This record gives sequence, C-alpha cells and structure tokens, in this order.
Amino acid sequence: MEGLDDIVEEFLVESHENLDQLDQDLVALEQDPRSRERLSSIFRTIHTIKGTSGFLAFNRLEEVAHVGENLLSRLRDGALDLTPHRTDALLQMVDCVRALLTAIEASGGEGGVDVARTVASLSAALDDAPPAAAPPAPAPTARTAAKRTRRAPARKAVTPRAVTPGAVTPEALAPEAPDTPAAVPPAVPGPAPEVRPEPADAGRRGVADSTIRVDVDLLDALMLLVGELVLTRNQIVQYVGRQTDQDLVRASQRLNLIASELQEGVMKTRMQPIDHIWSKLPRVVRDLGLQCGKSVRLEMEGRETELDKTLLEAVKDPLTHLVRNSVDHGVESPAERLAAGKPAEGVLTLRARHESGQVVVEVADDGAGIDPARIGAKAVERGLLTADALSRLSPADVLQLVFLPGFSTAAAVTNVSGRGVGMDVVKTNIESIGGTIEVESVAGRGTCTRLRIPLTLAIVPALTIECAGDRYAIPQISLQELVALDAEKAAAAVEEVGGASVYRLRGELLPLVRLADVLGLPSDRHDGHVVIAVLRSEGRRFGLVVDRVINTEEIVVKALGGQMKAIGLYSGATVLGDGAVALILDVQALARRALRPETAERQESRAARTTTTTAAAAERQRMLLAAIGGGRRVAIPLDTVTRLEQVRSETVERVGSREVVQYRGAILPIVRLDRHLGAFGGEDREVLEVIVYAHHGRSVAIVVEEILDIVDGEASARSDIDDLGLLGSAVIGDRVTELLDVRAAILAADPVFYSSPPGAALPGAPTGGRSPAVDLDGVPASFLEV
Amino acid sequence: MSTPTAPAPPRTSQLATFWLDGDLYGVEVEHVQEVLRSQSITRVPLAPPAVAGLINLRGQVVTAIELRERLGRPARPEGTEAVVIVVRLHGEAVSLLVDSIADVVDVDMRDFEAPPDTLDGSARELIRGAYKLAGQLLLALDVNRAVGA
Repeated sequence: MEGLDDIVEEFLVESHENLDQLDQDLVALEQDPRSRERLSSIFRTIHTIKGTSGFLAFNRLEEVAHVGENLLSRLRDGALDLTPHRTDALLQMVDCVRALLTAIEASGGEGGVDVARTVASLSAALDDAPPAAAPPAPAPTARTAAKRTRRAPARKAVTPRAVTPGAVTPEALAPEAPDTPAAVPPAVPGPAPEVRPEPADAGRRGVADSTIRVDVDLLDALMLLVGELVLTRNQIVQYVGRQTDQDLVRASQRLNLIASELQEGVMKTRMQPIDHIWSKLPRVVRDLGLQCGKSVRLEMEGRETELDKTLLEAVKDPLTHLVRNSVDHGVESPAERLAAGKPAEGVLTLRARHESGQVVVEVADDGAGIDPARIGAKAVERGLLTADALSRLSPADVLQLVFLPGFSTAAAVTNVSGRGVGMDVVKTNIESIGGTIEVESVAGRGTCTRLRIPLTLAIVPALTIECAGDRYAIPQISLQELVALDAEKAAAAVEEVGGASVYRLRGELLPLVRLADVLGLPSDRHDGHVVIAVLRSEGRRFGLVVDRVINTEEIVVKALGGQMKAIGLYSGATVLGDGAVALILDVQALARRALRPETAERQESRAARTTTTTAAAAERQRMLLAAIGGGRRVAIPLDTVTRLEQVRSETVERVGSREVVQYRGAILPIVRLDRHLGAFGGEDREVLEVIVYAHHGRSVAIVVEEILDIVDGEASARSDIDDLGLLGSAVIGDRVTELLDVRAAILAADPVFYSSPPGAALPGAPTGGRSPAVDLDGVPASFLEV
Repeated sequence: MSTPTAPAPPRTSQLATFWLDGDLYGVEVEHVQEVLRSQSITRVPLAPPAVAGLINLRGQVVTAIELRERLGRPARPEGTEAVVIVVRLHGEAVSLLVDSIADVVDVDMRDFEAPPDTLDGSARELIRGAYKLAGQLLLALDVNRAVGA
C-alpha cells in the first residue's frame, strides 16, 4: 500500500472492522428496534468515520456519514422509529461507505464512487418519505444532476451554502439539523452506487485482510510461553549433548532451530518502527520553535528501525524530553546563529540504527553545545560534587553531570524545560529498561545525546559465570571479551595500583572488580587463576573477576521481588538450563558501586584527548611513573599514553640508525628513554617495557626500564630545569620526578611523526582495534569476538 | 474440620496453619497457592537477612522469605529442612519458609484477640492477633507485612 500514509491505513483498518460490526448491529437492531445501546454504538461508529474522513478530506465519505449520523441521532433520541426502509437506508449507507473505503484503499482517493443515491435515501428516511420513492430507474439526466449536486455539498457539507435557493427545506421535524444537504431532493434518484470491484491483483490482500489486531496481552503471554520453550530447549540440548543416540541428537537440533525461529518470529510481532513515536515530534519541534522564536528543521534518519513495543513506549517520553531540551537549550536564536556564522535555521537530527543487538537512538542538534566548564561550575555551585572531585573528571565525564538529579543549566526557567528535573528522569527511565544514555558535545558545534536500548527485554543472550559456588548471568550487551590467566601470568599481569587491582589488557590499564568482594562472599578459586570478564558500562571499561566462566545461553529475564530491588545489584533473575535459579548482574550498578569515577577510563574520548592535551595543561593530571635507569624517575601524562606493551628485546631490529619493532603488522619506531635523556643504567634485558603513543594512525614506542605507578601529579611543585627532553621536574610521591617532554621524545623516534599525513606509514592506530581475545574452553569462538 | 455451631452471622474464616519454632501460625487459605517440600534455594548476596533466596516454581522465579528470621526467631536447627508455603499476593507469588505444615482450621472471630502482650516488637508487627483454640493458641500472620521484608 505504498502511497497511503499511516494515518489513512490505520483509518481503513479500523473502519473496515467497525463496518463489519455495523452490519451485525443493524440486523440485530431490526429484531430489537428500541435498543438504545445498539443505536448509540452504531451512531458512534458513523460519527467516528465522519470525523476522521473530514479530517482526511474524504469529502464524499464525510457527506454520507454526516447524513447517516443525522438519521441515527434522531433514531437514538427516539424522534424517529426504526422502520424497515430506514434500516434499508442505513444498510445502504454501510455499503456505500464500504465502497468508498475500498476505492480509497485501491487508489488513495474516493474514485468514482457515487454517493448521491445513498444520501438521497438517507434524507428520504429522515423525512419519513414513503419507501416507494426510493428506487426508481435512474435517468441519465438525473445522474448528471446528481453528480453536480454531489459536488457542491461535497466541498463543505456542513455549511449552509448547501441550502440552494428554491429547495424547500423539507424536514419540519429537524430544526436542529439545518446542515442536511437539502439540495438533494428526496425524489431524485441517483445511479446505483458504483461499487466497482477494483481490478485487485490476485494474491495481494487489502489492508484490512493483510493485518489483524491482536491484544498486546496475548502477545505478552505468547512471549512468556516462548521464553519457557527456550528454557526447556536449553535443558534438552544440554541433556542430549551427553547422549550418543543420533536420532535424538538430530531431533534436538531441529528443536533448537525451530525454537530459535519461533522466538524470533514472536519477537517480531512485538516490533514496531521507531517512526511510531517519532511521527509526533515534527509538531513538537515546530510548536516549540515558534514558542521560543527559533527556526528549527527536524531531520530523521533510520525511522524504519524497529524495536519492541514495550520499549518503544518506554522511550517515548524520554525522547520527547530530549527533543524539547534540544530546541529550547541547544539551538540558538536565529540572530545568535547568524552571528556565529551558522545558517539561521537550526537542524535537529534524530538517528536510529541497530548496532550489535542494540538500538542506538541519537538526538543531535547543531546548536551552541555544552560548555564543560559551565556544567562543572554549576554542579559545584549546586553542591552536587566538590571542586576537588570535579578537577579529577575528564571533560567528557563532566558532561555526564547533567544527568545528576537537581541539575539544570538553563539561565532562565522557561515553561518548556529548565526546572532541573528532566535529564535525571530521562536517565532513570532509560536505565529502567536496561538502556544507557550519554551526552557528547562540542562547544559551538552542537550536542548529541545517545541512547542505547536493548532490542527486547524478554529474552537476552547472556554469559553465565560462577562465583563463590553460585552462578550468575551477565547480559552479553555489556560484555566485551573474556580473559583467562593462569596463576603464573596472573601474578605478573595483575598489579596493585594505589590499593586497586588493575590488569594490563594489551597495554591498557583495566581496573579490576572482584565479584566475590562485591557480593561479600569468599571466592572458591584458590589456585591463583584469574578469569576476567571485560565489561563496558557508560563508556567505561572494567574487568570483573569471577571464579569460572560456565557457558553462554539465551536467558529469559524474570523480575525480582520488591525485597531485592533495593540491593541495586541485580537486574533480574533467570532459570538456567538445569532448572536452577541464577541472578542477573546489573553491570551498570556494579560499575557504579565498585568504580570510583576517577579510576574509570573513557575509551571513546581517549583519542580526542590525546590530541588536545599533549602539553601539561591541566592543573592536576594523571601521571604514569616510570623508572628509566640510574634511579631516575620520569612522569608521563597518562593522557598521552595509548597503551603499555612488553616487547622481547630480540625482536628489536635496526633500520639505519634507528631501532624499530614489528608490532601488529606495522613498524613501530622505538626511542629508548634512558639514552634519550642521558641516563645510563640500563643493561640489556630480555623484555622491554614499552609505552606506545599513537596519533593520527602513527605510533611510536617509548622504552622505559620499569612502569612504577599511576599517580595524580601536582603541577604546583614544578621547577623549571631546562634540560634536554624534559619539561621540568616535580615532587611526586616524595621523590623528585622528571616530567617528560613527550613531543621531543616522540620526535627523537620518528622525526616526521607530527608532519606526515595520517595513516601514511603506520596503519591501524591500536586505540580502537580489538585483537582476538584469549580463547577459553567451552566458550564458542564467535562469542569471544564481542 | 467442624463447622462452628454459632447461630449468629457466621464470622468464620479458614486458616492454613503451620509450625514455627514451637508456635502455631495461620495464614488465610485464600492466599495460599501451594505447599512444597525440599526446594533448592538460590541465595541472594546482600539481600535483607529475611530473604532466604530464590526458588524455581515451574519456571517462575519466586522469592523465599525465611519466616524464622522475619519473626525474630532463632535459625532452624541444622539438618531440618524447611517447608515452603507459596502465597499469592496482588497476583505475585512469594514463598514462606516454615518448619512444618499443619491442618487447615476454621476459626471464629469470637475467639479472636489482639496479639498477646508477651510478643516482642518485630513479631508483634506481623501478627494480626491470636485465635484461642482448644489447648492451643493460633497466631494469625499478616501475610502482606510478613513478605514486605
């Protein structure tokens, strides 16, 4: 039904259903002509059709419905009695309406369906005219006349214009209905309604036949049943896995497939395009724009993206709020925009797309953007956090403060937004459906709020793990990879930094959270092995240390009782394949509980930060402490470090006078910091500790003797020793530490590092790349590539 | 089960009774869905102490409340297994762990009295009152409060 927009389609489906009901009602009414209830129901149906058709500018349909409505209202009020010929007229009206609907469905317009005859008989019925007057043979002249009269009132059936001179208003009974198209004399017969059965292409079903309305409760019940089926399937598959009977194995494989397909199918029945909630937003933007004196254009990308109806409903209000916020606070007034060199018209873009089992919805404007400094100042002023805590946040983290309760930066409270409620409610709502929200902004360029929403709530793929003898499920949506370390490796790779455990995951420091500690239980892993699930929450990565990884399975999420909601560590429970109950860990709550904001690392913003904060700009900075030999210690701003790596010294090769090492298929120039800074203590070791720095697709490796610690450096204690390759020195941790001039060190390794075009020599900055994760027994390989 | 002989408006109700630490308790029969024995219970770390854990009731996950803990009684002796009474409140199933199940008893409002003064604080909140049965006191449990752990 291309060409029909949603509203018309909905109208058609609804009307077809109502008409079927109407047929029944009318026939039943003949048996019991006094039933006010039935008459009211019929009246409402016709009234609805009239109203909607008027709104959609189907004028003939409106006209028929209007005359019918008049008749029905009299019948309902008892002013007229239902006689067989009145019933006939009403049934004729139903047929005529149906013919019109068919024409609309087929062509988008009312086509050649003639309504004059129906209108005439309805009017006649209204006038108590004898039934004999209704159906004489149609004369050709009468037909043209009828057509003309039909057109005239069809323009606007309700205006008195329809009462043409000379036509005596015949209904003495109906002073309250002067708008009856009296221009149609009762006696003028129309041609038979041209119910032309449209050359319906075989096989294509009409709107009403191709869709069926289903109670959402029924779908929910089906979904529950499918959930149970999936559980039983899991159980059977697990059991059959231990059997050798080939027939049984085959049958279970078929069951496996069919259950998956059924699950997918039932899930699809609940899917709706996001356009359902977007379609109301253009109006919101327009009205709000006018109200605020701004001109805003709304663009939508990916409006056909589908998600679960329940989730769609849950996202509706937060999304509307974000859009209003963007128009009210994001987009500037036309004058300001012109002054800033932007077009006067602001653009608000809604984007939706599927991304690894999630739906990502973005609300982006090209407005003034959010100034982190202003947000920070406001948050401190409101007492939401201390200035000290603020100083330790990265700019990207500062932006997320807008989601704190009681936060609002609008200079003036408008009636649109700015009351300080809202963003926190938006966040709460999104999180309640297992989604996440984050905001990005570039001052002067605009703001983008990004929602990540699960596709469906009912059945989710999850990793089951064991901790302290109990099993728990972790939704795969938050899982990035798994790392298994044997005792020897774990002892070397898991380090304590300032009392917190970290693991160097391919050089990047990953804060570790021990699940047993969080749960307050004794871990039953005593062999020194460490199993880490690398999880991502709100842009931060952390490693959850568990006792064992069990399996991946599709789990059916069951709500927890109220007594356990307050714990805020579980998002639900599920029944596992063997019938045991397992708790589902709420990864976001876990991250919030276990990670202090300053230990978090923001993967996304890292690349951006390294380019902007090369020099020691911030007052307090996180520093990487490294020994370079001869008892000297060097501090390197952590922002500039892309990753930490260990390189075997025999892999170091020489190219001309320079040392290089092959690293991930690229050639990495090396600078040895001891030689660069003139320290001599480094005897040749087998393994070199390397700090990798990447910028625009080029990387260099800085070799140090040992990575010592990560500290908060204080720039105040700095003294300017003008030495080669150093910015100065500072007292860090009671020891004088030299501050490395990173730029100089890099140029020593690669003189053209900053000048050559990105990606020219060394492809693949390792920041975004994920190398294959450690393989783990019992976990499918596909799973590891999360 | 004998019907009371009182001619007055029959202000009787039925209570499902159970034993807990030597006392007889009752809950309204209409709340009780079923009684189960020997269920494996998944513990919930960091949950309030009265939450014994979660039970798989034919695919539904049901919270189990340890009534001994809730009523401030000592823990059930080692080696004795709890009986699970599944109650349905506001459409949701919750289960109570008790020592053993007893009869369904018809009780008369005329035998009803406010909770005995000897009951201490936490338990007092959860007991609606006591029915004076022949030779035994039956404590009527306020189920709604009991599960609001």
